[in-house]
Amino acid sequence: MKPRTRRAVNLLMSWLAAAAAGLVVLPLLLIFGFLLWQGASAVNVDFFTHLPKPVGEVGGGMANAIVGTLILLVLAAVLGLPVGILGGLYLAESRDRRLPWLARFLADVLNGVPSIVIGIFAYTVIVLPMRRFSALAGAFALAVIMLPIVVRTSEELVRLVPASLREAALALGIPQWKVLLRVVLPTARAGIITGVMVAIARVAGETAPLLFTAFGNRFWHQGLDQPIAALPLQIFAYAIAPYDDWHRQAWAGALVLIGLVFVVSFAARLATSGRFTGVR
Amino acid sequence: MADGIIVRDLNAWFGNAHVLHGIGVTIVPKAVTAVIGPSGCGKSTFIRCLNRMHEVVPGARVTGSVRVEGMDVYAPGIDPVQVRRKIGMVFQKPNPFPTMSVFDNVVAGLRLGGVRERSVLDEAAERALRQAALWDEVKDQLGKSGVSLSGGQQQRVCIARALAVEPEVLLMDEPCSALDPIATAKIEELILELRSTLTIVVVTHNMQQAARVSEATGFFLLGELVEFGVTRQLFTNPRDKRTEDYITGRFG
Repeated sequence: MKPRTRRAVNLLMSWLAAAAAGLVVLPLLLIFGFLLWQGASAVNVDFFTHLPKPVGEVGGGMANAIVGTLILLVLAAVLGLPVGILGGLYLAESRDRRLPWLARFLADVLNGVPSIVIGIFAYTVIVLPMRRFSALAGAFALAVIMLPIVVRTSEELVRLVPASLREAALALGIPQWKVLLRVVLPTARAGIITGVMVAIARVAGETAPLLFTAFGNRFWHQGLDQPIAALPLQIFAYAIAPYDDWHRQAWAGALVLIGLVFVVSFAARLATSGRFTGVR
Repeated sequence: MADGIIVRDLNAWFGNAHVLHGIGVTIVPKAVTAVIGPSGCGKSTFIRCLNRMHEVVPGARVTGSVRVEGMDVYAPGIDPVQVRRKIGMVFQKPNPFPTMSVFDNVVAGLRLGGVRERSVLDEAAERALRQAALWDEVKDQLGKSGVSLSGGQQQRVCIARALAVEPEVLLMDEPCSALDPIATAKIEELILELRSTLTIVVVTHNMQQAARVSEATGFFLLGELVEFGVTRQLFTNPRDKRTEDYITGRFG
């Protein structure tokens, strides 16, 4: 190939690759722009500090839903993360062949289960015995959705920790469980946190599994065994209502939800970029 | 008390591959013993059997007996953790813990072994770093990441890390193969200084290195210990034809 042709082809391919990358980012920018355009006008102090107003009254906010979503996310994380991370550690470290293979396969299947089915599952095992909708049931459903993502990313990241570090630690006469918890996990920490953020971002917007678990609530949080408001539920309820004011608030809710995910991800990045990080 | 390392009829496998055949050797305490041989001859496996690191690899197996400073390493009631506390190890490539500072790396063995007192850790870190001839270079950068140092410094951090737990034996698996000649010279100097306090076994590809630092040398070939003896004698007047072929560069 002549140098000229080679350069031309190189330029063309570089631009094609850049265009493809741009195309990937485009939907996010469009969504964000559209949300800003539609919802920014309804985002004000009241939106963050007030409860929803009764039907017919203009104004009010989604403060309870914002708090509710945060509570649900924290609770889901408390339920799901320890199991997910330790599970991932097991899958990466186990010398056994069959059980990890099965667990990995089932985690992948669970990852593909529609979230509404997981909602029905949570409804059956928590809502029915408790005889009421509750924050706990909602958080449980979200935790189940998070689980396969956390397990698989933790596993991958723990696998990336070089064997030489494990050997160094073992050769120092450190028991294996301590090697895993104090050397291997910290080395994989930054990457695992990224995976955790992806999982949290994923469930932050889940609506279907909350419909018949957390149920929604027009008041402040009233205890973990009570129905609780959540942004996606509120957005859903407001978006299908026939009132223009509610539609604007639904847009604002969507904007706040995306902002929330963004802030949480950013904060996690900041928290892990500090001291010496291992694999990402 | 110091009786060195006594190995009798040591056999090792990776799965079905029989990689060490009936090794028997007595390693003198408070001296440097070099282990040489071509790649894949089992010399690394041999020293990894001494501190029970061989069994860390899935499918690996060992038979025979190893006594290190009076401890029967493969006795039924012995915990490998206990063995490894007594026997330090330095690896081919420097492997400081990337999430820890220089200081934390050096005291990792103590801290993860349950030592909490700051004064004890401070003291141990300084002592180990001085022993590793690194104190003057890093005393102002103890809080820096262990992986921010040069390769030679990283390897000495690893040596300090192994020394901090005050082992009786130090195993070194080609400790200079990833280093430049200057860093190599420093490590060799260090080995010569440490031999008065420790029993050292060093695996090396570099025959000059073996000749420079060791009192005794063992030559491995195809999983067998072909010859073991005083270094000078082994290099100048080998008893076995295979040793002679190897050290004169006729193969390997």
